[in-house]
Amino acid sequence: MISELELFRNETLAEGLVKAIRRYDGRPVSIMEVCGTHTMAISRYGIRELLPPNVRLISGPGCPVCVTPSFYLKSALELCRRENTIVATFGDMMRIPYKGVSLLTEKALGRDIRMVYSPLDSLDIARQHPDKTVIFLSVGFETTVPVTAIAVLEAAQQGLDNFMILSANKTIPAAMHLLSSDPEVAVDGFLYPGHVSAVIGSGLYEELAKAYGIPGAVTGFDPADILGSILYVLEQIQDNKATVANLYSMVVQPGGNPIARGKIDEVFEPSDAVWRGLGQIPGSGLRLREKYRSFDAWSLINGSVEERDEEARGCRCGDILKGKCLPSDCKLFGKACTPETPVGSCMVSSEGTCAAYYRYQ
Amino acid sequence: MSEIITLAHGSGGKLTHQLIQGIFQKHFRNDWLLEGGDSAVLETLPGQMAFTTDSYVIHPLFFRGGNIGKLAVCGTVNDLAVCGAIPKYISCGWIIEEGFPLGELEEIAESMAATAQEAGVFIVTGDTKIVPRGCADKLFLNTSGVGFIPKGLRLAPALIRPGDQVIVTGTIGDHGTAILIEREQLQVETGLASDCAPLNGMLERVTASMGGAVRLMRDPTRGGVATTLNEFTEGQDFGIRLEEHALPVKGAVSGLCGMLGMDPLYIANEGKAVLIVDGAQAERAMELLRSHPNGQDATVIGEVVADHPGKVYMRTLAGGHRIIDMLVGDQLPRIC
Repeated sequence: MISELELFRNETLAEGLVKAIRRYDGRPVSIMEVCGTHTMAISRYGIRELLPPNVRLISGPGCPVCVTPSFYLKSALELCRRENTIVATFGDMMRIPYKGVSLLTEKALGRDIRMVYSPLDSLDIARQHPDKTVIFLSVGFETTVPVTAIAVLEAAQQGLDNFMILSANKTIPAAMHLLSSDPEVAVDGFLYPGHVSAVIGSGLYEELAKAYGIPGAVTGFDPADILGSILYVLEQIQDNKATVANLYSMVVQPGGNPIARGKIDEVFEPSDAVWRGLGQIPGSGLRLREKYRSFDAWSLINGSVEERDEEARGCRCGDILKGKCLPSDCKLFGKACTPETPVGSCMVSSEGTCAAYYRYQ
Repeated sequence: MSEIITLAHGSGGKLTHQLIQGIFQKHFRNDWLLEGGDSAVLETLPGQMAFTTDSYVIHPLFFRGGNIGKLAVCGTVNDLAVCGAIPKYISCGWIIEEGFPLGELEEIAESMAATAQEAGVFIVTGDTKIVPRGCADKLFLNTSGVGFIPKGLRLAPALIRPGDQVIVTGTIGDHGTAILIEREQLQVETGLASDCAPLNGMLERVTASMGGAVRLMRDPTRGGVATTLNEFTEGQDFGIRLEEHALPVKGAVSGLCGMLGMDPLYIANEGKAVLIVDGAQAERAMELLRSHPNGQDATVIGEVVADHPGKVYMRTLAGGHRIIDMLVGDQLPRIC
């Protein structure tokens, strides 16, 4: 049963916040929720329909699966077909299509592909199968990278030489600068992700607010949290201010989590990275440092897959990820591209913008 | 008898007989089974006959709250019960992988017998096949069941009309979440157990005293409550509006689902039923359900509506609305 506390937090509070938001009578604004979990929560709670017509929510690039370029999946498929190989992955990656094939279809054909809940689970698999190479598909932002780093450190410490990762890990700051400075995107405010911010801290957002004059709020995932952050951003816009509120201060510190960041820095170094739909963003990726390069599964690919992002014809995921258009503006949406027959990963991932729009609206 | 099942147990010879007599006949004792014929010869049932079959391939075989045997009996009893039938007889087909421990087989048979007794049904016929190692995952079960629908009782989507209430007989998502924790060996201590239980006694209590006020019943197993309700509304000229605040979800279920990006509405239940009941008599139905141990947490979760025909939608905690669609494939845990 839902506790009274939850009811208070969600319903009564939410109602008051919606009333306050509806009083906004300023210029039309676009507020971007950077994070895929926010996109899903916004759709899940029907928040868009509660906003006045002059307040538009647009979805950003914060779904790690959605911004993973096609060559990564092509590489993962190539690796899972190798002899004596086990590919370990988070569930989200299983259904992403690459030219009609996915890890799920490869699994049905007999490839050893295991769904895991943590990178450390794949380390256990490696221990249990010393005769096989276990490759963890490492996709995610600062939220999941620290645990991947710990897995690599443990593997190194224990001399596990049959564990590798295929890193497509990305970091949020460079992408945020890109979006903030893109005149075509025209964002008036940001809703910042609670869990990524727990690692990187809220300080970065202050920089962005100062540099680009865009206010924002770090927020959690309950309806009242999200509505509260929208209200904060609207008040800032109305007062011509651009500061950042931390509405998730129980979890997020200005400096983030130094231990988690330390683990990332110990194992990874910044690299350029291709983001699906956004292109290459300098310094926005993470690759294994020289010391840990023996765990790098990219060495097995050895250049056989060209680092190019190929999108299906007509797929507008790129514009959707930049908030330039809505899923419903894409000609494929709901027709050629549905959760049953996804064309792009935004329709597959549980945090994908298209999946959120399709499922809940 | 040896400690494990071997191919010889399926040969039809002495070991097969030992297996049947030593485990199945010992636990499922009833006149029809003990006759040992190629068919169970049964009395004619009064009223319309309901007949159902289902196969069980669950992993792990033993879980908190039950095992594959209990699940198989409950599943078949419940498939009959939600059609308004009074379950009577069950068959059981066993496909066992060579090497399966006999002790575990006996434990499963024992719990099947106990569940059958609880539900008031008899396991009257069966079959055993042993397959070589690697040809099955330990143990598969198939159960079929027959029961009869009392005269005058009719349940059908065509009877549903706007204003009818949607009732779920208890907390949702318990079974699927408990299984997920055990299957994936998630390092969380939730105390959750499968809700696996026979529903016939509780549902009979409602249909026997309220007859036509009950429009339709279903047990929301795979695909959960959301899928069941979509099956109700598909192609119909009515819709269903759910109230998010009313959904009975245990804290541990909503917590784990939140962490993994799953929705309890789509998670399997094995001891719950969804009922569509005449709005004017919903309160009476709730009283009857709550007076049974398996229905103590029964809750009205929504209403049949004339708008949104063919759709299920939900008024959310924030006061917005969202469509509750059918799920595509399994829910997959998310990255972050």
